[in-house]
Amino acid sequence: MNNNFQPKIIAFCCNWCSYPAADAAGISRLQYPANIRIVRVMCGGRVTTGLVLKAFELGADGVLIATCHFEDCHYLFGAKRASEVHKITEKLVQILGIEPERLRLDWISAAEAPKFAKVVKEFVEAVKKVGPSPIRKKVTDDKYQIPEEIK
Amino acid sequence: MNLKEAVKKSKAYLCLECGKCTGICPISKFNRGYSPRILVNKTLRKNDTTLLKDKNIWNCLTCRLCDEQCPADIDYIELTQAIRIEAQRIGEEAFCSHGGAAQSLMRIMTSESLQQKRLDWIDKNLKVAGTGEVLYFVGCLPYFDALFTETGVETLRAARATVKILNHIGVTPVILHQERCCGHDLLWSGDLENFKKLAEQNINEIKKCGAKKIIFSCPEGYRTFKLDYPKYFDCDFEVQYITDVISEAISNKNVKFKDFNKTVTFQDPCRLGRHLGVYDTPREAITTIPKIQFIEMPRTRNRAICCGVSAWMNCSTFSKSIQLMRLKEAKKTGANLLILSCPKCEIHFNCAMKDEKAGKDAKIETIQLVTLVADAIEE
Ligand code: SF4
Ligand code: SF4
Ligand code: SF4
Ligand code: FES
Repeated sequence: MNNNFQPKIIAFCCNWCSYPAADAAGISRLQYPANIRIVRVMCGGRVTTGLVLKAFELGADGVLIATCHFEDCHYLFGAKRASEVHKITEKLVQILGIEPERLRLDWISAAEAPKFAKVVKEFVEAVKKVGPSPIRKKVTDDKYQIPEEIK
Repeated sequence: MNLKEAVKKSKAYLCLECGKCTGICPISKFNRGYSPRILVNKTLRKNDTTLLKDKNIWNCLTCRLCDEQCPADIDYIELTQAIRIEAQRIGEEAFCSHGGAAQSLMRIMTSESLQQKRLDWIDKNLKVAGTGEVLYFVGCLPYFDALFTETGVETLRAARATVKILNHIGVTPVILHQERCCGHDLLWSGDLENFKKLAEQNINEIKKCGAKKIIFSCPEGYRTFKLDYPKYFDCDFEVQYITDVISEAISNKNVKFKDFNKTVTFQDPCRLGRHLGVYDTPREAITTIPKIQFIEMPRTRNRAICCGVSAWMNCSTFSKSIQLMRLKEAKKTGANLLILSCPKCEIHFNCAMKDEKAGKDAKIETIQLVTLVADAIEE
């Protein structure tokens, strides 16, 4: 295995819990690997199977979904919904033959910055171990190119 | 094929502007903004720049109902396919139902290095092989089974039933470990490039396993292999739909059925019926089962109404209206079981029955044709 492999990981973080947790981790200078690209969503319930699969389709080596704890969800049922949807996604990912290590759901409250750093560290390690994603697709579609101004 | 060629091939230039297509189209019935006649007209107009950006081009179910009675014999759905391929090229896209999950699954499958684990559904009592003469093309059933669990439909039952039927008549079908989606949905949503990638991989895998004949339980896979693959690739497999196999077995007295005491009706899938003309063998399979009471819906065979969504795109309230209308029609026959032979029909109809608006008059139990037949086989 190539030791220099730096996985690309998409992390869907809920606006009310996990995203502030990531913020707080930064402010408190907690170290965690820079492999994650955070996508902020308004609620974990927004993360559909389609979004996760799209990330894999476009070449993500791993996808992390971080939501509120069930009882903290701002919209009451969103975090629960996220875990229901996650079960379906897990099954699909398994049939596709994508290693289960590449997909993780976790519950991180706004006060749990250390947990955020820990989860990301663990996840990046796990994905590094399984190596690059089997979906090696050149993204030729203009829509998915990073625009010049933010490169 | 560019648009000009498509107009030539579909003979769209013969359009009389009679509007019969719009009159019969199930989408137009509920969606006043959609008219196949206007789209044909737009395609023919010189210097029209709005066609490819028109959201209406994604609405058609490609159900072929309009083609059946167009006096000019225009192939509207082929035209639609060509328009979509062109539109996709300039970056237009359909609204994908389910957040694009189905489309992503299909596009992920174009990756050659993927090692799927798609055969978990095969029980010990089913006999399958790795190489041989006859192949059963399972299609996306394992994926749909997982993705649509919340509709309560178990699409994999149809796969098990098909293998059981084949085993019963003495066939041990080959099942591919690395079969890909047939590409039907990508083709009909205009993604020709990825369709070709999927098709190529399937053809290679099938050639490797040595199969000469392919059997389908999914009408869409059947259509795609029969009509679309030969357009782009050279492949000389014999293809057969499962009800044709059952019909042969019935006439050879290879299969006997137990009594089945229920009143049933049957939904013709667009791909099987109007696209390929298979109307009789499904009915033969149903009516050969003793004691079964078969009633036709008023709009049946080439007049059947589509299940309301195609290729997992543009599902809308209009789709829901079509589905409820069709379910009511089925229920009104007095049947208490609706037989379907396309896995997607079953998913869409069951989804519609979960809708708040679905009253008692639209609720009817559904079953796949192959499941019905497999359960009725006398061992
Ligand atoms: S039914 Fe045929 S001829 Fe009549 S408007 Fe439609 S496409 Fe034109
Ligand atoms: S193919 Fe079906 S949905 Fe499409 S325009 Fe014709 S009747 Fe309407
Ligand atoms: S009708 Fe079909 S496409 Fe529409 S939401 Fe239901 S399952 Fe999805
Ligand atoms: S608001 Fe955080 S998961 Fe719903």
